[in-house]
Amino acid sequence: MTQVCIIYDKVRFEEKALYEKAQKKGVKAQIVDGKTLTITTDSKKKDFALGDVVLQRSVSHYRGLYLTACLEFLGFKVINKFQVGETCGNKLITSLALAKNKVPTPKTQFAFAAESALETINKTGFPIVLKPIVGSWGRGVFPLRDSEVASMIVEMREEDDSPLSRIYYVQEMINRPPRDIRCIVVGDQVVTAIYRYSAENEWRTNVARGGKAELAPITKELEDLALKAAKAVGGGILGVDMMEDKERGLIVHEVNNTVEFHGASSVSKNDIPGAMIDYAVKVVKK
Amino acid sequence: MKTKVECQECGADISVPEDAVTGEIVTCPDCGGDYEIASKAADKVELKPAETVGEDWGQ
Repeated sequence: MTQVCIIYDKVRFEEKALYEKAQKKGVKAQIVDGKTLTITTDSKKKDFALGDVVLQRSVSHYRGLYLTACLEFLGFKVINKFQVGETCGNKLITSLALAKNKVPTPKTQFAFAAESALETINKTGFPIVLKPIVGSWGRGVFPLRDSEVASMIVEMREEDDSPLSRIYYVQEMINRPPRDIRCIVVGDQVVTAIYRYSAENEWRTNVARGGKAELAPITKELEDLALKAAKAVGGGILGVDMMEDKERGLIVHEVNNTVEFHGASSVSKNDIPGAMIDYAVKVVKK
Repeated sequence: MKTKVECQECGADISVPEDAVTGEIVTCPDCGGDYEIASKAADKVELKPAETVGEDWGQ
């Protein structure tokens, strides 16, 4: 019988749902706190009772990413792969992967110093969006509406301790309705798509920012694009985020590596955790 | 049945739902302190202070 190991650092709705679903499907599952694991260069796979496949569900991006690297070193199959996590965890690398694979994505400019960032921003014009290249739940994402605000935000970024703050990711603002679309891709299947509406007085649509979920139809265009975007970053279990550009149609702006699906589950009848467990079992058999 | 655990910060009672599992976060209703369920067996629940939300948390 296939054994699935769910690695967490904080148990949320998603990890509980995955564990319960595995049990209902008769798949042997265990749930392991990643914070308790220690791995060395001498470690062997047999020293760790982590089953046949690991679902990496750490809420901390770097903890999940580097733990995945160690588990792959030991020979474990991990969903998602290290390379996928590395790509999706960095907006700059994701944009390059999407563009390279001809996935429609917002025009994005990269600058590597405050002066060139401001020059790029002022030359392109307003409104424009400045995002941190690493970050989640919409943190640090700013719509810049004039030159004065842009200077202040760039100055703030310069004062930040993180060297990544000095890498500037400047993206066109898409003329979209007050919502985006989150597609949950599992392998070669789009399990669910939801609209995420911005909360009141909020521009970002993240559910973590109070965004509200509503079921979205899985059209052929959406399905093809979500699968193409997922493939571009290396595939697996992913959250592909799209915007509806009023002229260009669907545009992918982000792909999430450790996809949260609490919001999607509240509006979708599709069995999201079930599809993920089935996929994990399938990966073992490959 | 909910188990009650004393908040290490303010002494208030924190209710731990019956279906809560190890690793889940519970919050003190009085002071807002977050705790991770360290272990849970029958009617005995142990809590430890939860990690602070990191900059790299989430998706």
